[in-house]
Amino acid sequence: MKAIRDLLDKVEPHFEKGGKLEKYYALFEVFDTFLYSPSSVTHTGSHVRDGVDLKRVMITVWLAVFPAMFYGMYNLGFHANTAMAQMGVASVAGWHGWIIELLAGYDANSVWDCFWHGAAYFLPIYITTFLAGIFWEIVFAIKRGHEVNEGFFVTSILFALIVPPDIPLWQVVLGISFGVVIGKEVFGGTGKNFLNPALTGRAFLFFAYPAQMSGDAVWTAIDGFSGATPLGLAALGGVDSIVDAYGNAITWSDAFFGSIQGSIGETSTVAILIGMAILLITKIASWRIIAGVMIGMVATSLLFNMGASEGGNPMMAMPPHWHFVLGGFAFGMVFMATDPVSASMTDTGKWFFGALIGFMVVLIRVINPAFPEGMMLAILFANLFAPMIDHFVMQANIKRRLARNV
Amino acid sequence: MSDQNAKSILLNPIFTDNPVALQILGICSALAVTTSLDTTLVMCVALTVVTACSSFCIALVRKHIPSSIRIIVQMTIIASLVIVVDQVLQAYAYATAKQLSVFVGLIITNCIVMGRAEAFAMNNPPGMSFLDGIGNGLGYSVVLIFVGVVRELLGSGSLLGFEVFKLIENGGWYQGNGLLLLPPSAFFIIAMFIWLLRNWKKDQVEKPDFTLAPQSEAHTH
Repeated sequence: MKAIRDLLDKVEPHFEKGGKLEKYYALFEVFDTFLYSPSSVTHTGSHVRDGVDLKRVMITVWLAVFPAMFYGMYNLGFHANTAMAQMGVASVAGWHGWIIELLAGYDANSVWDCFWHGAAYFLPIYITTFLAGIFWEIVFAIKRGHEVNEGFFVTSILFALIVPPDIPLWQVVLGISFGVVIGKEVFGGTGKNFLNPALTGRAFLFFAYPAQMSGDAVWTAIDGFSGATPLGLAALGGVDSIVDAYGNAITWSDAFFGSIQGSIGETSTVAILIGMAILLITKIASWRIIAGVMIGMVATSLLFNMGASEGGNPMMAMPPHWHFVLGGFAFGMVFMATDPVSASMTDTGKWFFGALIGFMVVLIRVINPAFPEGMMLAILFANLFAPMIDHFVMQANIKRRLARNV
Repeated sequence: MSDQNAKSILLNPIFTDNPVALQILGICSALAVTTSLDTTLVMCVALTVVTACSSFCIALVRKHIPSSIRIIVQMTIIASLVIVVDQVLQAYAYATAKQLSVFVGLIITNCIVMGRAEAFAMNNPPGMSFLDGIGNGLGYSVVLIFVGVVRELLGSGSLLGFEVFKLIENGGWYQGNGLLLLPPSAFFIIAMFIWLLRNWKKDQVEKPDFTLAPQSEAHTH
């Protein structure tokens, strides 16, 4: 480690003001502070003294996503291998197949084969996301003369985990570019964006290329394989009608542990809950937002349950514990809704913000036939309202304190 | 106002004082009609004609309009002209008029038309007002054509109905971008136009409301 520090110290003068690589200070800073805590301290009026700076916060979130990511890779490969065995396909064509065969086979019972198959699909998506996004980050950082913010670590991994496994890589580039540039940088960069950049990017792809982002064919990374997501099936016939692509019923515990199809990172609720535990113990995610989302979701779905009738909309009858495990609900609640920048800032506001997400997600899932899943739109919707919620909370506080002091 | 020459009245609204990009007027129709380039062009011509003619007519009678009812008088003139344009379109370009549907009629409420009548034609002679109307119509057209080209080219791979990028559905290679066919995409594209424009003409950039105090001194590790 000392050697790296020495090397960084040695090249640093070149990047400082007046050095010949001054323009690329942002680039140098990325590597330096990724590896070491910076020792710079604030010099202005009020500030919080805390050993955990933004960089540590972001890297903790990044690590908290790992259980969901590793399980997602395994699950992706498991579904692909199972589908291949079912369809009698011996090997994957193209460069994906080449990577897979380098280190593994196509046995659905082998954990390693499944994991490596998933990695061969997920890692290219992630690497592409990362390179395209970091490119824009560095362009804006150099142009504006500030440091590259590590918020992008989180954005990139979240974005890569909420796309379907089958997505073409050029769409990944477009999506993350839109998310980073339009969702974040045009408003001034990290801390000034009012929308979650990863979700903005996904929303762009969702509306721009619906054929690659939704429907039945995209959730398993095998060409020609068609299997609806559990949420899509539930919308047609209620939770009892959820079967996998081979006709086996999917139980609640299947959905909870995650052996279902879906976007890469969102299938296993249990892996996401591990991440949630990490974030709550380290106090990085707000428990108020998570509780708010849960309360909003449970209350709204119970309300709809009361109005459910035979032969009516089957989603009306979907109980809260199914809403919890299907689709992107858990992933969005833990990693997206709690984004500290685009959520409400006030403690009371966080409850309302969370509840609004919980309410909207059930509303979209149940009422809107065009969108089986509503988590993305619900969070973006609540992001828009977050500043207004804060405004009302603050006004109420001001009124209360004025009344006390008359 | 009167010391402005004809050239600057005609050309300034195109980039320097663009009604859409700087004054943020007429956004509504810019979202609605720009899905394809031919409707865009028809709309541009229609709006330019209405703005120019209404400014001209209002400037003619500007000294006789009582101030208290001037808006109603302006509206009457604008509405009459819009009806004429609408009828002409229905007679000679029926298919396009059908696609534009209510948006030709809605030129009546377009802020650019009212804005020029109120801000310019009420205080200036008819000739100048006519040029000002043409200029603002051109400013509107520049933005709309930019948006229309981006949306039709990238959204459906064609321009004016002619195939430029062959779509995958037709056996080509280009995947049409569905978002650009939805009205909200025009918001991003207009915003990008404004971004480009303000990179070129820096004086249009608004002053920041506040600046943050620097957080830390020299970055040492």
